[in-house]
Amino acid sequence: MTLPLLIEQTLNGIQLGVMLFLMSAGLTLVFGIMNLINLAHGSLYMLGAFVAASVASLTGYFVVGAIVAVIVTAAAGALLEVALLRRFYRRTHLDQVLVTFGLILVFNEGARQIWGGVPLRFSLPAGLDGSVHLWSGLDYPAFRLVILGVGLVVGLLLYAVIMRTRIGMWVRAGASNRTMAAAMGVNVEMIFIGVFAAGAALAGLAGLMAGPILAVQVGMGEPVLILCLVVTVIGGIGSINGALVAALAIGLIDTFGRVLLSPALGSMAIFVAMAAILAWRPKGLFPVHG
Amino acid sequence: MAKSPLIRDWLPIMLILAVFAAVPSVAQAMGQPFAIKVASRILVFAIAAVGLNLVLGFGGMVSLLHAGLFGVGGYVVGISSYHEFNGEALMLGPVAWGGSGNLLITLPLAALTSAAVASLMGVVSLRTSGSYFIMITLAFNQMLFYLAVSLDRYGGEDGLQMLGTLNLAGFDPSKRLVYFYAALSVLAVVLIFSQRLIGSRFGMVLRATAQNERRVKALGIPPIRYKLAAVAISGAICGLAGGLLAGGTQFISPADMSWVRSGDLIVMCVLGGLGTVWGPVLGAACFLLLELGLSGLTNAWQLPFGLIVIGMAVYLNGGLVGLLRRVRAA
Repeated sequence: MTLPLLIEQTLNGIQLGVMLFLMSAGLTLVFGIMNLINLAHGSLYMLGAFVAASVASLTGYFVVGAIVAVIVTAAAGALLEVALLRRFYRRTHLDQVLVTFGLILVFNEGARQIWGGVPLRFSLPAGLDGSVHLWSGLDYPAFRLVILGVGLVVGLLLYAVIMRTRIGMWVRAGASNRTMAAAMGVNVEMIFIGVFAAGAALAGLAGLMAGPILAVQVGMGEPVLILCLVVTVIGGIGSINGALVAALAIGLIDTFGRVLLSPALGSMAIFVAMAAILAWRPKGLFPVHG
Repeated sequence: MAKSPLIRDWLPIMLILAVFAAVPSVAQAMGQPFAIKVASRILVFAIAAVGLNLVLGFGGMVSLLHAGLFGVGGYVVGISSYHEFNGEALMLGPVAWGGSGNLLITLPLAALTSAAVASLMGVVSLRTSGSYFIMITLAFNQMLFYLAVSLDRYGGEDGLQMLGTLNLAGFDPSKRLVYFYAALSVLAVVLIFSQRLIGSRFGMVLRATAQNERRVKALGIPPIRYKLAAVAISGAICGLAGGLLAGGTQFISPADMSWVRSGDLIVMCVLGGLGTVWGPVLGAACFLLLELGLSGLTNAWQLPFGLIVIGMAVYLNGGLVGLLRRVRAA
């Protein structure tokens, strides 16, 4: 492997890791705070990509599409929480798996009815469709650099909000002990809706950024969902730190696994890594709950 | 009024088997031989669902691994047949094996292999519990899925079509009726075995573990051994079902082992009710008939189907069997 290729693949891996972090952040908080397994998180990612693609092609502005997509997915997340999923916080994991599995079917079929079964064209915004010269022999697509940048900024912002603000403190308190946080006067119900909406918006953001690189199509959320579940479990359920470390690790393992081994064996490498880490630390790298 | 186990457990099993046994003659009398194929498919998935329910319903472990185990069984039958047909030996380490199209050999092999894989993955995943267990079994399922995709020699993503002739005790399993009766006999054996198992001391410890693991430990019984054994047994049953599907349709593909299929199996168990050995058979029948009926009505069948699954999760605690009981109690 030559040096430019190594750098290019490292950038690809970090970029995938950043996207995974955006998605896993919502997932791990919903897991940690509400104790809810949300398999439908990938559907919000898909929703973000579809809304952004159609609004962008309608208005001609990528940015408009992106903003609308983030708002729509946040609203969808809040609606899901209020209308359906809040009934499931105290139900068994099995009921949670069932209801979110049903949601996946509904979202996928709904998207197929609205946008059709063929992948949607989602062209890159003008000015970002070229590549940037980074190194001799290494031109990197500009849009991927933008993803990397946006992901890092949003990730840092999220980290700052959760670790440095009062709201973030409530969220962390809810994640480590929900009952105690409620007893200390935290408005848990509002926090739940807010976390759900924010998690959905982040998933939508990840989806709309992935749209132009991958294909915008029905079922695009599931492979990403699986990777995010792996990230969440490795990092420790409810841990933002853990999600960040695990997302970057999985991004790099996945990217290099695909290049060095075959694509299928590369995908297996992630699960082998997960099994190894869980065999070593059953509660993940950064366990939140005692 | 507490009913005797004879009426509660064994009567429904006998009824279910009797109804299935009547399917071929009824189907032929009505000129609908296609129904036999549908019934065979139901039987195969009923076997897998009954196997999963040992872990899910009685062991209280939500496993998303079982479609993978089902697929492992299918691939054992498929790969054995492939090597017999092509005449190249399959190298199992230092041992060379010519492969086989004899299902009396390859079906038990499928069950054993799936049990081995289930035990191996069980050892790791049973270190965790609750949502971690669900996630890790899901990941293992995808690992098996990608393993199947990476088997380029055996069809890769497109799946493995068996070209050699298969043979089941002198019969040809690609014949509709042979496949049907083979699946029915296996279901009968699996149902009777599972019912006996659940009633045994082993079954009692397993059910107790699902309810309160700490108390079981306090009684001096190590729950992990029982859980692991249950995972292995249910893996063997799922592998058997997968082997039957591969043998009866001469085809197995990674699509049969995606995690969505694991979700389908869970839906079957819940639909039929987790509390009985025979409930998942009803669940599998409802699931597949619903799928068939809805896909005949509309292309968008997943939409009403998803709504039904959501409604079931919201309202139907205890599945169809639970609903029946509540209606009767009211």
